[in-house]
Amino acid sequence: MKEQNLYERYQRQIILKEFGESGQQKLLQSKVLVIGAGGLGCPALQYLAGAGVGTIGIVDDDIVSLNNLHRQILFSTNDIGQPKAERASFYLKQLNPTIRIESFNIRLSAKNAINIMKGFDYVIDGTDNFATRYMINDACVLLDKPLIHGAVSQFEGQVAIFNYKKNTEDNSVNYRDLFPYAPKAGEVLNCEESGVMGVLTGIIGTMMANETIKLISGIGKPLINVLMIYNSLSNQTYSLALTATEESRFLIPADIEAFESSDYEWLCGISDSEMEIDAEAFEQFIHDGNADLIDVREKDEQPFINEFFHLQIPLGQLAENLSSIQKETVVVFCQSGSRSFQAAKTLASIYKNSRKVYSLKDGIIEWKKFQQA
Amino acid sequence: MDIIVFGQLKEMLGSERITVNDVEDIYELQKALHTKYPLLEHAKYKIAVDRKMISDNIKLNNDSEIAMLPPFSGG
Repeated sequence: MKEQNLYERYQRQIILKEFGESGQQKLLQSKVLVIGAGGLGCPALQYLAGAGVGTIGIVDDDIVSLNNLHRQILFSTNDIGQPKAERASFYLKQLNPTIRIESFNIRLSAKNAINIMKGFDYVIDGTDNFATRYMINDACVLLDKPLIHGAVSQFEGQVAIFNYKKNTEDNSVNYRDLFPYAPKAGEVLNCEESGVMGVLTGIIGTMMANETIKLISGIGKPLINVLMIYNSLSNQTYSLALTATEESRFLIPADIEAFESSDYEWLCGISDSEMEIDAEAFEQFIHDGNADLIDVREKDEQPFINEFFHLQIPLGQLAENLSSIQKETVVVFCQSGSRSFQAAKTLASIYKNSRKVYSLKDGIIEWKKFQQA
Repeated sequence: MDIIVFGQLKEMLGSERITVNDVEDIYELQKALHTKYPLLEHAKYKIAVDRKMISDNIKLNNDSEIAMLPPFSGG
């Protein structure tokens, strides 16, 4: 295609002085991966392709269904039963044949995520389940890729940019700084159960595309470390400043190898109530001496525990220290109960049903209080 | 203080906006809310004070603006 045509294709945005030819060049050179070609992914894909993002990846293993069409308006009724990644790729190539589209008609997993994601500069999360959302978040942290997050619930949607560092010394925020670990199964309803208005996913998906374009071209104020909530009934928005937490870095797999062996679906399927014990039950385990008690905090964290015998294995080093865990019952604890819950889930995913794993609810602080009471 | 609630928490609290006064800190606020709305105790949500997401217990006053946000997963 001639340069003249290319200019004409993007002319209406190039004449915006904030964006200009340099903004267009940045878009043309960028590689954006859109995970999930659904209610959020479809509008994001359409606007990114239209705007001239040079390389767009699409990951989705689903097929088009009749009840998708009210919100996934990239597809047509004739596409029912066809793979979304392939149909989306077909329509986007018609919209803009000058850009490169890579479609992955597969389910993103801890095994293939790194390989797919490392070929792109930006990742857009348009998925519809927590297991995949946490997996994408952790992979983006490990690969150092900015993540454009969007999600909806009934008449509300949220958008944020995670894991973006303008300067190397900047503190970036990731999804685990907001919600450290995934909700248990059934704790939060999805669209299938609670319903969603098609237009809302269109608005939120379009906002995600807008934030991506702002981030790439360097214009405006992208939602870096800010979570914006939009209500489609009242038209009100509410923005919240996010900060990095000490906790989240312990919850993300230490390296790519640890990530690839994580079972995110299993981790999202376990409920808290099966696994968390209170200070009184913890005291009983100390008394009975029939369980391995493990402190999963870092070695120098206070308060130091000398009241009972225990192992010290920081959360990030659990996987390589499994041989020091001997007993059939394992009780993990930390400061506040959050890291130990993650540790318990990690151990449970390794042991499946062969050992009993518990986590001290509200942490060692709560046990100290219990002791003093 | 005004408490703005999002997502499915609205159904649990029966309103988008409620008022609670004279609680000293986040811990007391949660205790008061969990007593009044028992379902909330088992719900997953994050609290923001004056439009900043917080993770630790902090002091509150009657002018504080509180927001309660559950995770959204839909796409």
